[in-house]
Amino acid sequence: MPVFYGTEIDSPLMLGTAGYPSPRILADAFARSGAGIATVSLRREAGGGQDFWALVRSLGVALLPNTAGCHGAREAVTTAQMAREVFGTDWIKLEVIGHADTLQPDVFGLVEAARILAGDGFKVFPYCTEDLVVCERLLDAGCQVLMPWGAPIGSGLGLNNPHGLRALRAAFPDVALVVDAGIGLPSHAAAAMEMGFDAVLMNSAVARAGDPAAMAGAMADAIRAGRAAYLADPMERTDMAIPSTPVIGRAFL
Amino acid sequence: MSVTILGGGVMGLCIATELNGRGIPAAILGEAPGPRACSWWAGGMLAPHCEGESADPAVTRHGLTAADWWQDQGVPVARNGTLVVSLARDAGALSRFARRSAGHRMLDAPGIAALEPDLAGRFARALFFADEAHLAPRQALSILSGCLARTETPTGTVIDCRGLSARDALRDLRGVRGEMAVIRCPEIRLARPVRLLHPRMPLYVVPRGDGVFMLGATMVESDRRGPPTARAVLELLSAAFALHPALAEAEVLELGADARPAFPDNLPRIRRVGGVIHANGLYRHGFLLAPAVARMVADHLQHQTRPEFMDADHP
Repeated sequence: MPVFYGTEIDSPLMLGTAGYPSPRILADAFARSGAGIATVSLRREAGGGQDFWALVRSLGVALLPNTAGCHGAREAVTTAQMAREVFGTDWIKLEVIGHADTLQPDVFGLVEAARILAGDGFKVFPYCTEDLVVCERLLDAGCQVLMPWGAPIGSGLGLNNPHGLRALRAAFPDVALVVDAGIGLPSHAAAAMEMGFDAVLMNSAVARAGDPAAMAGAMADAIRAGRAAYLADPMERTDMAIPSTPVIGRAFL
Repeated sequence: MSVTILGGGVMGLCIATELNGRGIPAAILGEAPGPRACSWWAGGMLAPHCEGESADPAVTRHGLTAADWWQDQGVPVARNGTLVVSLARDAGALSRFARRSAGHRMLDAPGIAALEPDLAGRFARALFFADEAHLAPRQALSILSGCLARTETPTGTVIDCRGLSARDALRDLRGVRGEMAVIRCPEIRLARPVRLLHPRMPLYVVPRGDGVFMLGATMVESDRRGPPTARAVLELLSAAFALHPALAEAEVLELGADARPAFPDNLPRIRRVGGVIHANGLYRHGFLLAPAVARMVADHLQHQTRPEFMDADHP
């Protein structure tokens, strides 16, 4: 099971709390998913979100506040500091948005904000791209977890650059890696786990499904299967057929 | 039997009206309809099928009776249906909406032009929900309020319809903030509410006549009732601009915000707490569900039935 900053979480599924048809359905989805971590946004609800936050706290899972919607390092740092006060945790999912249409991370602002926050005692979970160099800079800045995107937030496109994600896993075998954003289907989540990622973070794939709780269950199954497959050491791919029974010596008439 | 209703928003007014109609005198203890009631800021769409896309089936089932109820009270109801569109780059949203709702048919571009000439050429497809309706919330509240007695002191059976203010007795009630705008754009005519599906900023435009439109509404998990944020106004107006560029020239007449009372499943509740009956939690379905809840409360008082939205007693 994934270990983030020394804390072991009992599920590799991390689930967002935004956009569900109702808090009741949100709670049902969490129950079915077995998720160990809930991400929660501070920003939009600022100054009046206490009721919703209380609902999220009552889910009984670890909370990972995020800086969703922040468009600059300074804004993200301020939001992170507020989140620490509100939720009483030094965990922060750091999002610094660089592009309004794709919600692509501003990796320069991200590294800057990560350095400031890590220096201030935060345990930073940065939402980043799968760029190896950016990830190195984030580790230098003090991050012990990396959360590269699969595809743009809310797009449901899956893993856009499997090669890049696989390379990241190979480059940082000892860093906790989470695919964050872009997951649309259980097969996407399973693919990330098969690559050896420690966890998968999603929100829209569950919240916007017609039956969020059923989709949450499907995601949990896929993640369990993907993790088990990774640990089982899958066979190599080859371009040639390799029969599973020997051909030579088989009776043929 | 006499009844006192606490709260003069859509819930209280509907219950009092329903009770009076059944010969049970009910008086309102609360302010006349005004900006302190969150129903003052409502869209007034009677759209049970559209809401069914994301709401519990009970909302559709009970919402189907709303238009008739309002009309029976002498409130003008426009029964022109609802039009649902999406932007070209988000075409999948319309198919998904169609899949998850009923009571609609898909229109092509000429079909849209025939219904709403000012939207001609702007959308290739739209969903038309012919049976839906809309009303003007402030007019509806005033009409009901004008027929009801008021009181200063509670007597008889007390029904608490104070919305979010009743959180002192209803601990699982929360606020869901909504922000809206009212604009005037005489260039554009719409006969019916138009909903623009958008993954980040869904919008509805409700025509109020004389070139006036209500734009709504955000859904924020917050009980803050202060003025709209710049972000909300930006989103509402940007989405309106995407619906029709002429709306960019509109005059902004009003910006408003309030918090809707909601329970965790976003369905209304009738609940006894001590000697008081609470009717609350209409969420974003005030004008759509208040008539059905009012009938349930009246049935409960008259016949001691336990209606669908009544939960366990909380003595």
